Amino acid sequence: MDHSNTDLAEVTFHHAPSGDETVKRIIKTTVILSVITLIELALGFGIYYMHKNPDYSHSLVLFIKGVIVILSLLKAFYIVGVFMHLGDEIRNLIMTIVVPLLLFVWFIAAFLWDGNSWRNLRNTHGKSIPQTEQHQVTPEAKKPGGVE
Amino acid sequence: MATAQAQMDTKWWSGGKSPFNVEYGKLMMWYFLMSDAFTFGAFLISYGTIRFSQNYWPDPNKVFNAFPFAGHANLPLAFVSLMTFILIVSSVTMVLAVHAGHHMDKKGVIKWMAWTIVGGIAFLACQAWEWTHLITGDHVVMLDGKIQEIGTTVSKNPWGPEIPGLMHDGHQVHKPGPVAFGGYFFGITGFHGFHVLSGVVINIIMLLMTINGVFDRKGHYLMIEKAGLYWHFVDLVWVFVFLCFYLI
Repeated sequence: MDHSNTDLAEVTFHHAPSGDETVKRIIKTTVILSVITLIELALGFGIYYMHKNPDYSHSLVLFIKGVIVILSLLKAFYIVGVFMHLGDEIRNLIMTIVVPLLLFVWFIAAFLWDGNSWRNLRNTHGKSIPQTEQHQVTPEAKKPGGVE
Repeated sequence: MATAQAQMDTKWWSGGKSPFNVEYGKLMMWYFLMSDAFTFGAFLISYGTIRFSQNYWPDPNKVFNAFPFAGHANLPLAFVSLMTFILIVSSVTMVLAVHAGHHMDKKGVIKWMAWTIVGGIAFLACQAWEWTHLITGDHVVMLDGKIQEIGTTVSKNPWGPEIPGLMHDGHQVHKPGPVAFGGYFFGITGFHGFHVLSGVVINIIMLLMTINGVFDRKGHYLMIEKAGLYWHFVDLVWVFVFLCFYLI
């Protein structure tokens, strides 16, 4: 590839970030990411101590896990938007990246649902459902209408 | 804002200019990263599907509770938090390298790229320690009718439920856990670790090119930006690996 020209043909205007402002934004994002991670860890420890009690509240643990998932998505938003500067690109470019990722909504829901369904089937029907063994083919059945 | 005004007034699709206002290589890096996100997503979703289909799954706080030089101290989440912070910090130094590149500051780029590489190598070292600890750390398990000491591998999982009242040499005996645990853990963290390794190699090449003045001669540091996108993506994936394997 040859990029020997100073002004790139593809770039019509530069985002021209002023030096101090960008560094301030980077530091701010770093603090946000660290704080979110610390909150996640605190919640993780919360789950750890709740598990020590044999009859802990399953729905509360599930709720905390949901909060952790949302916090992780927030981290992803900051990393992509600020560190990777996707937020500074023009709207059409952002859309070509973000819209295909919406496929994940179906992808996650459908497959976790499927996994859960497998567990329920196995638990309610024991070992009778997933049987895939082939039955022995009897000699008669082998040649239906065959000439003897 | 002048830039916002320029965006409003430019007819991007009238020809003669790039409709996305970015350099070709950078745009393609974005699309590569999007496809890579689907690869990692598929791995993690497959892990989730199997986990949802099991009645029992090992508790990450019991599996990952060791720390180097801490002996048998029970320190859940501690080591993986260290790894997470190493990766976040190396992501920050990478942004600073890209920022220095925007200002054609060669010394700044060299300094921050070097720190990014140090962070990447530190992360890989942590992962190597963690894998070694899991594979070689034996635990007492009732397997095939006899009590055995096994580590965590892709075919063996000692992290099953406890067998109440059964002790061996002062250790609680467990049933074997779901075999898929090791396969998914080593497969996905290994795939991520390989991305970190290739990111470190790319960053070293970028550092050498900067030192040799290649980008000064070109007149721009766009290659640093593209390497930076890849490096941030590696950090981004770790956010979700951390979430799926260690936190929930």
